[in-house]
Amino acid sequence: MTTSSSRMPRLLALVPYLLARPGIDIEEAAADFGVTGKQLRKDLELLWMCGLPGYGPGDLIDLSFEGDTVTVTFDAGMRRPLRLTGGEATAVLVALRALAETPGVVDGDAVRRAIAKIETAAGEAQPAGVVVGLGVREAGRTQSTRQEVQRALTAERALRLRYYTASADRISERVVDPMRLLIVEGNSYLEAWCRRADGVRLFRLDRIDAIEVLDEPAVPPSDAERHDVTDGLFAPAPGQPEAVLVLAPDARWVAEYYACEELAELDGGRLRVRMRYGDENWLVRLVLGMGGEVLVEQPAELATRVRERAAAGVARAGRLAASTAG
Amino acid sequence: MSTTRAERLVNLVLALLSTRQYLTAERIRGIVGGYADAASDDAFFRMFERDKGELRELGIPIETGRNSAFDSVDGYRIARRDYELGEIDLAPDEAAAVGLAVRLWDSPELTGQAHGALVKLRAAGVEIDESARAPIQPRVRTEAALTPLLAAVREGTAVRFEYRRAGAAERRVRTLEPWGVVSWRGRWYVVGHDRDREATRCFRLSRVTGTVTPIGTPGVVQRPADVNLLEFVAGSEPHEHTPVATARLWAADGAAAGIRRGARVVGRREVDGVAGDELELDVYYPDGLARWIAGYGPDVLVIEPDVLAKAVHERLAVLADGAGAAAEGSQR
Repeated sequence: MTTSSSRMPRLLALVPYLLARPGIDIEEAAADFGVTGKQLRKDLELLWMCGLPGYGPGDLIDLSFEGDTVTVTFDAGMRRPLRLTGGEATAVLVALRALAETPGVVDGDAVRRAIAKIETAAGEAQPAGVVVGLGVREAGRTQSTRQEVQRALTAERALRLRYYTASADRISERVVDPMRLLIVEGNSYLEAWCRRADGVRLFRLDRIDAIEVLDEPAVPPSDAERHDVTDGLFAPAPGQPEAVLVLAPDARWVAEYYACEELAELDGGRLRVRMRYGDENWLVRLVLGMGGEVLVEQPAELATRVRERAAAGVARAGRLAASTAG
Repeated sequence: MSTTRAERLVNLVLALLSTRQYLTAERIRGIVGGYADAASDDAFFRMFERDKGELRELGIPIETGRNSAFDSVDGYRIARRDYELGEIDLAPDEAAAVGLAVRLWDSPELTGQAHGALVKLRAAGVEIDESARAPIQPRVRTEAALTPLLAAVREGTAVRFEYRRAGAAERRVRTLEPWGVVSWRGRWYVVGHDRDREATRCFRLSRVTGTVTPIGTPGVVQRPADVNLLEFVAGSEPHEHTPVATARLWAADGAAAGIRRGARVVGRREVDGVAGDELELDVYYPDGLARWIAGYGPDVLVIEPDVLAKAVHERLAVLADGAGAAAEGSQR
């Protein structure tokens, strides 16, 4: 927002703001409005020139300055802030509803009380047509995992985890230094410094199979960098191998779910995409599971592995059936 | 905005708030500070129209009317009860929630609007600390279509947009009377009356392509009183957490950690000369499970139920090419 377009809302809010806080420090007020002290002084000088028709000494907004503080002595009738606009009420109430549905962030009861109060104050501006449903699906075990993670974060303790890495299909034990909890696309993650991997890793809470808060302090390296999750989690790393896949209509969700580059729309609603992948075994599992809805065009070795694994699976299932029958 | 203009606008708000009588434009020109400078009638009216427009854009409710039947032109005033934010007093934990909520949006537009609300709440005397450290950092991810759809729902305006159905390439223009916007499991949906289909429909915002265009006049959309928006969106999803069956699987030693996580080992078994475990697993989504098991190829096999074994076989056989066809004969 530019300075000029936000000045009027600020000017209209300033007098009631100061009325509620007699003798407030000008710098403190400026910080609340997100402007410099210099700008706020300019605003106050302007308001001092405004008032009611007649514009005599008793009609103008009156402010008294004492040191670095300011007090309103005459408000010229501007005692309350302007009501919320529909857009403002929507932006704050929808965010609060999302917060209320996000487990473990803040006291859900406090959020609901805040929503009720703001809805009442907002009157007609409150958004009737916006619903925020379960932000996160969370099973009972994940809830207790989250409680342990929060305990470790608050006490700044290290954690021992047994973690399932879906891409590698492997379970491992590791000690991590927790950094923060975050929620991306409806799933909760622990971001932590992993001492085994010697790097910052994200751990999905529902893939933590065992968790223990350790006595030793959490000491993530000071230069440990947080993930930028603004574009989602599957940001492909440069230098990863690439596959070219053709998705049948029923498999188009793959392109929405994983980071893919759409190459071409093909006939019959099929889609050709390029996908980067970290682990070949993971991609083989994905393609096998899709049972022909996803075809591998490149690389050829990947296509061969898929065919071989499928044939081996069919053959072994045949032997199992034969032995069961026998 | 020039200082003179800002000053004039504040004076206009103060004057219109303090009057019970409607003030005509001429009267405003005579008494409100800043308008006397207008060089001509024409310049004054242009200036006044622009100022009125600006104040209305800020959400200031300027009423138009006449004090008596004898008045020949409309006048203006601001009703205090419509202008002022209602009384509000937030406890510290409630204020903390608001401070966190205004930081949730990942869109600059919605962040700006949330901040507008914050400024007003503070002016109402509420203390809100925005820098408080949160134990968790959630984000509300938004789609480009969210802001225009929120505005359309608020104003009761029909909209037109291009939409791509799941599993289809072509984009179709849809005309919708939007009833509401729903966030469900981290995704945004709009629910309303689809004018082309003559039925209630739900659209995922991430599949809306291009711009959302408002059509017709505001206030025409009537949302039925009995519709539950969330149920409409969530109803299309399978209900969770009651297993529909139990499956018996075989998994090769050292493989299939993902399957083993949710399974119970019930015995040992050798298949095809390979040692492994017999597992029992609760089945929630049979189709999803078949996909998952097939992903493991020869490392995980289905002992029962038969229907699951067949579903896995179908997925693999089609990929196994000639090999799959040859093995068909030995299948059950």
